[in-house]
Amino acid sequence: MKTSNLIVEKKKLAYGIHMFWIENELVANNAKAGQFVIFRIHENGERIPLTIAGVKDGTFRVIVKAVGKSTYELCRFEKGDKIIDIVGPLGQPSEIKNYGNVLVIGGGVGIATIIPIVKELKNHRNRVDVILAARNKDYFVLEEEFKEVDNLYFVTNDGSRGMKGYAHEMMEKLLKKKKYDISWAIGPSLMMKACSEVAKKYDLKIWVSLNAIMVDGTGMCGGCRVRISDELKYTCVDGPEFDGRLVDWESFNTRLIQYKEEEKLALEKYLEKVGEPTWL
Amino acid sequence: MAVKDRIPPIERDPQKRAKDFFEVSLGYDEERAVLEAQRCLQCSIPTCVKGCPVGIDIPGFIKQIAQKNFEEAYKILKDYNSLPAVCGRVCPQEIQCEGACILNKAGKPISIGNLERFAADWASKNNVEDEIQIDKNQNKKIAVIGSGPSGLTTSAELAKKGYTVDLFEVFHTPGGVLVYGIPEFRLPKDIVKKEVSFLEKLGVNIILNIPVGFAIHPQEILENYDAVFIGVGAGTPKFMNIDGTELNGVYSANEFLTRINLMKAYKFPQTDTPIKFAKKVVVIGGGNTAMDAARSALRLGAEVTIVYRRSENEMPARKEEIHHAKEEGVKFLTLTQPVRYIGRNGKLIAIECVKMKLGEPDESGRRKPIPIEGSNFIIETELAIEAIGTQSNKFLLSQFKGLELNKWGYIKADEFGRTSIPKVFAGGDIVTGAATVILAMGAGKKAAYAIDQFLK
Repeated sequence: MKTSNLIVEKKKLAYGIHMFWIENELVANNAKAGQFVIFRIHENGERIPLTIAGVKDGTFRVIVKAVGKSTYELCRFEKGDKIIDIVGPLGQPSEIKNYGNVLVIGGGVGIATIIPIVKELKNHRNRVDVILAARNKDYFVLEEEFKEVDNLYFVTNDGSRGMKGYAHEMMEKLLKKKKYDISWAIGPSLMMKACSEVAKKYDLKIWVSLNAIMVDGTGMCGGCRVRISDELKYTCVDGPEFDGRLVDWESFNTRLIQYKEEEKLALEKYLEKVGEPTWL
Repeated sequence: MAVKDRIPPIERDPQKRAKDFFEVSLGYDEERAVLEAQRCLQCSIPTCVKGCPVGIDIPGFIKQIAQKNFEEAYKILKDYNSLPAVCGRVCPQEIQCEGACILNKAGKPISIGNLERFAADWASKNNVEDEIQIDKNQNKKIAVIGSGPSGLTTSAELAKKGYTVDLFEVFHTPGGVLVYGIPEFRLPKDIVKKEVSFLEKLGVNIILNIPVGFAIHPQEILENYDAVFIGVGAGTPKFMNIDGTELNGVYSANEFLTRINLMKAYKFPQTDTPIKFAKKVVVIGGGNTAMDAARSALRLGAEVTIVYRRSENEMPARKEEIHHAKEEGVKFLTLTQPVRYIGRNGKLIAIECVKMKLGEPDESGRRKPIPIEGSNFIIETELAIEAIGTQSNKFLLSQFKGLELNKWGYIKADEFGRTSIPKVFAGGDIVTGAATVILAMGAGKKAAYAIDQFLK
């Protein structure tokens, strides 16, 4: 088994959004749509969960958005560098089967995350409509990988491409005239929340992928717990996908920012050391 | 003749040690060890051995210490126990070997734990090479899943018997609870490293970062190996699940300790994993994990209170740990039960508690705590750490079809770790529920014996 964890391909897709293909056959050969890996990039590193955004020939792909010290640092890694620790695949795979009409929404880096799901849905002969949503026209990363879908819609917050507005608005527009059997929405938590509300209104099942703060990723610490209906669930082992209509979004969103001050401090200290992050 | 007093180990000053993560107890020096060892009566029928889950020749190694043959003492220990430096530190000797010592009648049992630790540390300091005796190659392969106390023991025993052992660990560091759970100040991680390197010398292949069940399917393991040992620990934390459990500032002890021990968050921002450095911390529970969490929080600079629903007498923690916690300044609020977390803007600010009284003994034999109506009160705090126990971790088990579980969700296994699948053995917390390091090691040893028998 080749588990060198070498970066075999690296590409900057947009400002602060970088793509990596990494050699690890254990992950690549076992990964299913919806699962994630955990990285540790150096001896003092934290454990970073990242959704698997594709596999090919013993390598797998992740798309990293630079949001804090660890991801700034990771985006600096180049082809030929090695990730010291990679564990995965983790989490429950997406529930893919033949549903009929499926709507899949990807926002921001979520666009990359939905690629394996869309692919699998197509393999199961679904009719798949996709909404891609981004800040502006420069952030439609990997757009060329959506060629197989039945209908592709674009939404930008600034109107530079497709509809001006937000993903959930486009979603509602489609739901008004078409019936879907199931949906996925993956992206920033505010987008997933808004889409879940629309889904609720139209009585549509919606899967969202929760990017909770995690430590081990194996159900051992409970840090990623989230309230689903009245039950506490662990995102790492019970998820990461849940029915968005049942997620307690308020507490989920607050838990996402629990280390805001620490994250700010770590990034400041890092930037003091390395200067301008020109590589982003 | 009056029984001489126990020789106390050297301990660091509570005020000083409560500010860092260095080891609390320094153990014995040679002089103290010899004096303590000379107290041993060398019983012809030693009761202490019966109290030891791995049956160490206790009078034998103590006699060698008394005669200053420290290397010999170490060798005797190592014959029975692959992790003496660990066990000398973390075993609950008071209910095992020391609890069974004849001198208990005078209230002064031999400090077997401190002597064990002394011999192990002495050997380490004096670079005593472990004799590596490996039986002839058996041409059989065994997969051990989980590198905690049971997995380490099983691997060592099987490697010595000449088997090829692949030891799978999901974390980036081997050791299981020894590295993520037990704090540095009780068990320095260098000691764990040393014990792990001994395994490597025995030829065990330690394979890190492998989520068995996900990266390697159980079916694959069953096909590729002649036998499998599962020692994945109990693992999943329980929460009281009272209102506000999802608030920021509420931790499980597992998370708090993993961040600190495995991820070294106490060095943040030199390390990348953050932890909350709070002024006030409440730890809920009365076991060893609660003590570890409380004493860790103290070292991060907090004022710490342990809240426990029964009285101190019922606390499951070792007396020594309670004593150390108190010495260092942890406050105890017993007969108190949290009923609700109170938050502001998603952050914990206080806990509403109720006072308890003790009723009749329950099924555990301990007196049952009963809430006193109308006694509710509020404790202000920034963090709450729940250390109320763990439950079976389903991470691997959910993928392992056909493996029978008991009604609590742990693996059904007999005394020798034999499970419902012929070539699959299991031991440690994933069979018994949360217990001790030494019981898990005992289970690992028995399973290694059973695996050897099975393969012959």
